[in-house]
Amino acid sequence: MSLRTSKPARAGQYAALLCYLVFIAFPFAWLISTAFKPPRELATLHPTWIPKDPTLQNFRDAFDQQPLLHAALNSLIAAFSAALIAVVIATPMAYVMARHRSRLSTAATGWVVVSQAFPFVLIIIPLFLILKNLHLINSLPGLIMVYVVWSLPFALWMLVGYVRAVPPELEEAAAVDGASRLRTLVSVTAPLLAPGLVATALFAFITAWNEFFFALVLLKTPEKQTLPVVLTHFLGAEGVADLGPLAAAAFLATIPSLVIFAIIQKRITGGMLAGAVKS
Amino acid sequence: MTLATATARSSTRTGKQPDHGAWFLVLPALIPILVLSVGPLLYGIALAFTDSQSGRTQPTQWVGLLNFQDLLHDTLFWDSFRIGLLWAVGVTVPQFFLALGLALLLNENLRFRWLARALAIIPWAMPEVVVGIMWRLVYNPDAGILNETIRNLGLGDGRDWLSGLSTALPAVILVGVWAGMPQTTVALLAGLQNTPGELHEAAAIDGAGAWRRFRTVTWPALKPIALSITALNFIWNFNSFALVYVLTNGGPGGRTRLPMLFAYEEAFRYGQFGYAAAMGCVMVAVISVILAVYLVGRLRGGEEK
Repeated sequence: MSLRTSKPARAGQYAALLCYLVFIAFPFAWLISTAFKPPRELATLHPTWIPKDPTLQNFRDAFDQQPLLHAALNSLIAAFSAALIAVVIATPMAYVMARHRSRLSTAATGWVVVSQAFPFVLIIIPLFLILKNLHLINSLPGLIMVYVVWSLPFALWMLVGYVRAVPPELEEAAAVDGASRLRTLVSVTAPLLAPGLVATALFAFITAWNEFFFALVLLKTPEKQTLPVVLTHFLGAEGVADLGPLAAAAFLATIPSLVIFAIIQKRITGGMLAGAVKS
Repeated sequence: MTLATATARSSTRTGKQPDHGAWFLVLPALIPILVLSVGPLLYGIALAFTDSQSGRTQPTQWVGLLNFQDLLHDTLFWDSFRIGLLWAVGVTVPQFFLALGLALLLNENLRFRWLARALAIIPWAMPEVVVGIMWRLVYNPDAGILNETIRNLGLGDGRDWLSGLSTALPAVILVGVWAGMPQTTVALLAGLQNTPGELHEAAAIDGAGAWRRFRTVTWPALKPIALSITALNFIWNFNSFALVYVLTNGGPGGRTRLPMLFAYEEAFRYGQFGYAAAMGCVMVAVISVILAVYLVGRLRGGEEK
């Protein structure tokens, strides 16, 4: 009761919220609007929010101008493999980090933090040289290896939080009931952990799907390149861009990330919190 | 697997310290980390003291501090460094205050809160390249909505924001703020939801106004999260690459050439690996010092109050 906000204050809050909504949404709305505009409308000096004569031509042109489907496939392979491998190798480590306090856990947590602070340029040059020696430049497996390592810190961070959320008492109870350790892990811990594993994998997927810098450096030929790198080809050498197809391709490339993010948004924030509160 | 589980069992049952068996659970992640993260980092630092170049036939040699001496006199690099700091502060500070405002609003019991939360995901989920492309469409001098809005409001003809010498940096900074706001908002919102509601009510009953309630109840609880998220944002922003690469590629005339863009060109356009690695080392060193001063200052400021 004491916290009830006065009417003018409430109105002010709604006005502020509206400003935020407009600020966040308008560029995206403009992207969509541009994607559906015919070239004629894009050339006029007075563009409108709603295309007068909406068309799908830009989407067809986008696929004609750049190998978008192939790039999307490359992105999909890279992101899916990286996410899967990252979760498979991070889960046991996260389990150990969550259940045992040891120097190893401290060191791993320290690395998670430190790895955020280093500029990629200091990592990418040696990685480039190492991968070159292994003949993994301009290859998806090379990129996948980089993505796995690059997504590990946050994957560990999230997974440790999820493991901590599974009460050890449950595991102990199963053990008392005579279940083997493996049995306990499979039939008690894993089901409780499953949503967390999926969320972590999806987050790693989006991170790799959106990634640009490593892909730009490591992939040289167009048929190997991932979607973000191919998108920049629309910009042309002098920055003169064919706006319609550019907007159409950019819009399409965003859809998978948006859909996945909408699914896991709550879990990610939950995971961040769990990690942050406990460590 | 059996070995790992067997040893893991003994460790949980007998004590808190893991025995050597835990290593089997850790190794699958630890080896890639060591080989592809810790290793390259040390290798990268070592490279800064060599004359490593791409496509060279002679063996790479140690050159001691030569790269750093060259860097000291490289005015282009320090220009870029200054731009990087301007960008990082210019993005991080507004990002924090805007995110704080939005988080406070989302923490209120407002209608359409769900809509705001849903929309706030968009910048976070988008590939940075797409964010860059999208804002190029907004800033486009002819077909862009920004100039059209300015024309409609009768404020002149607008301008070519991204290629103007004076407008390019502010224009990319605005994009940086837009792109990073959601993460900051979510982190701050999480912090707000952990602040004790009873304290708020008690303070309100005691007659404290909204500002005093914020100062005395909300802010102290929020401060650790606010500190860490601004520190992280500062690092991320200083090291950012894709956004500006797509928006301006460092132009016009180097006005938006962030240190990462500079080092990238040095390494992968001109092949100067050793020199670019030295730049990376300088970036890490300066950023660490700035962050240390910031964090120590903030923490001390908190104790004195």
